[in-house]
Amino acid sequence: MRTVVFLAIVVFAGTGGEIAATHAMKRLGEVKGFAPRALLSVLGRAFRLGWVWLAIALMALAFFSFLALLSWADVGFVVPATALSYVVGALGAKLLLGEQLSPMRWAGILLVSVGVAIACAR
Amino acid sequence: MAVSKNLRVKTSILVVLVAVFNSVGNVLLAKGMRRMGEMPDWSASTLGLYFVNAFTSGWIWLGIGSLMLFFVSYLLVVSWADYSYVMPAAAAGYALTPLLGHLLLGEAVTPARWVGIAVICLGVALVGPTPPSTTEQD
Repeated sequence: MRTVVFLAIVVFAGTGGEIAATHAMKRLGEVKGFAPRALLSVLGRAFRLGWVWLAIALMALAFFSFLALLSWADVGFVVPATALSYVVGALGAKLLLGEQLSPMRWAGILLVSVGVAIACAR
Repeated sequence: MAVSKNLRVKTSILVVLVAVFNSVGNVLLAKGMRRMGEMPDWSASTLGLYFVNAFTSGWIWLGIGSLMLFFVSYLLVVSWADYSYVMPAAAAGYALTPLLGHLLLGEAVTPARWVGIAVICLGVALVGPTPPSTTEQD
């Protein structure tokens, strides 16, 4: 049970953090200049958004839950199971960010998820 | 819908940076943590000491630096590209790590892992040609 709870935290906090960061950056708009000064100015604006800090907090939560999970659960189960993140992330992208997922993209995401699970299984 | 070549090129470059900084960061952190050995127990004092020790390790700092670069490249690319594009495309990193280990370090890759790598590459090949950005921008 503890394993399931921590796995859910890893998957949902991880994808939630990435989605929060994506939402923040979409609000800032497309980054066009890549000179050091332009990049620093974009990052300066990004780190003034609450969404970016929420993203960092969620990603840190996912990271430490992952480490905690690994201290008792089998790596051969935990790492492949986190491949679920790709599917959860795709649903989040569609429902929360309004992205349009074509059948081709869905097929690719499912294959990546299965591939990561196979490649990381021990 | 036609996607400008420029958009594809800059998206691809950043997706590669995201994948590379992420896997390099994880490998460096893992290396740093392994050198420290397993944590003897979970008491507050051991945890505290363990963290202080972790931050004196050069590998850990390199790992943290690499993960910070990962986060910055990730922020840049999702400022225009879909999350559902970047995330699976960057999974190519999962295929890259064992492949590099095999080619450069002569590490053994199990048959199951080759199958996984092939399936990941197939998935990335399907996601790659889809339009990187499907949401309207102001």
